[in-house]
Amino acid sequence: MLCSLKRGTLKNVSNMPTIPQDDAFVLNEVKNACKNIFKCMQCGVCSGSCPSGRHTSLNIRKLVRKAAKTADVLHDEQLWMCTTCYNCQERCPRNIDIVDAVLMIRKVAVHEGIMHSEHRKVSELLLEHGHAVPIDKDNREKRIKLGLNELPETVHKYAEELEEVKILLTSCGFDRLLNRAGKKDAGSEEI
Amino acid sequence: MKGLTLFLGCVIPNRYPGIEMATRLCLAKLNIDCTDLEGASCCPAPGVFRSFDEPSWLAVAGRNIVLSEKLQRDILTICNGCFASLADANHMLKSDPVLRERTNEYLAKIGKEFKGNIEVRHIIEYLYRDIGTDIIRSHIEKPLKLRVAVHYGCHLLKPSKSRELGDSNRPEFFDELIECLGATSVDYPDKMECCGAGGGVRSALKDESLKMADHKLSRIKEAVIDCIVNACPFCHMQLDAGQEEIKQRTGVDYNIPVLHYTQLMGLALGFPPEALGIDLNVTNNGKFIEKIEEML
Repeated sequence: MLCSLKRGTLKNVSNMPTIPQDDAFVLNEVKNACKNIFKCMQCGVCSGSCPSGRHTSLNIRKLVRKAAKTADVLHDEQLWMCTTCYNCQERCPRNIDIVDAVLMIRKVAVHEGIMHSEHRKVSELLLEHGHAVPIDKDNREKRIKLGLNELPETVHKYAEELEEVKILLTSCGFDRLLNRAGKKDAGSEEI
Repeated sequence: MKGLTLFLGCVIPNRYPGIEMATRLCLAKLNIDCTDLEGASCCPAPGVFRSFDEPSWLAVAGRNIVLSEKLQRDILTICNGCFASLADANHMLKSDPVLRERTNEYLAKIGKEFKGNIEVRHIIEYLYRDIGTDIIRSHIEKPLKLRVAVHYGCHLLKPSKSRELGDSNRPEFFDELIECLGATSVDYPDKMECCGAGGGVRSALKDESLKMADHKLSRIKEAVIDCIVNACPFCHMQLDAGQEEIKQRTGVDYNIPVLHYTQLMGLALGFPPEALGIDLNVTNNGKFIEKIEEML
């Protein structure tokens, strides 16, 4: 399934306790998520505008075509090379919301248990601290040196406010979503 | 005019606190009515959390907005990512009754309700539209004789359908804000190109991400400038810390000072570089600081 991936960069968690989904179901999910992709005439304005495509293997035109055809797009490493700069979406002559579609395809992928380990770590930081980038020792010191409070006026300073964020994320099932995406680090599984 | 709350986000208070200090100093000096947004969290970051799970992204963003609604103040963001998340979430919750009802069911669990009666602002468009370059100019104590490479960052301008800031290909408002401080905004090739950090690329695919930063920095270096000025701490981190990461990978040392706009403005308003945390970048800004001190 993950033959298009560089070994060790993404993790397939098919061995985790998830409900197996057949490709038709997933393709339907992708199609529902980005209906207007089917308007694409493959003109290539998108890939010509793509800053990531200048330097990486991302070909957004081909990715859009793939998304319209097959659920394999969920396993395509290119899906995660988009910086969401919106150039392609701004310039598409058919007004396809390309970046919005990329975000929605990613969402289907994550819900299928496909997630970069780094993204899972960032998500765990949000769950634990309410910040995707929490404070560290160096920056506590920098804050004091600048004359700021050691902790910012955020959930870092107010425990009861952090508890609210945790309740929200748990209510939404965000913690269960991460558990579904497995607990092993990228590269530790056979792909 | 409605007052503001300062939304800090994650990267500014926890990685570049100098930008937080600079923002506080500038807002006070310009007599802008802005209070802290106590208990705010991550926005949450649009490029990652929005694409992982929209209901939880919207619920946490909704909570941040509700904190400011309770104070009857608009939110002031100082980060393109926070602006993208909160402005988009605010718009979605205001305009889509189904999303609003669902999100309010989650928010009810913590005794909160989204009402939809405030706006989300970004400091660059706020300064330009609500304060204006003339008023800013009247507060300047030290005109800055600097050549600046401005970096707008993507999410300040795009998607343009929900930003209402005009042409995203050739914008000028940020350049005008730079020039009203006495500095020159220098044109350079690929000025509007992405820094490469967004969309979770920097966190998951660092090498690919840095190729984009490397390209942008190489173009800026050719323009012979004194510093890069941005509107977003994530671009700031990519262009500043990224220089060290690129040096480790390729041996190329750009050594370009990177400032958030509030830090540049702070210099023009008369604050010393150290008060604004300009000495706290990963890149050594020693020579730039010497130049500023000679100028002042």
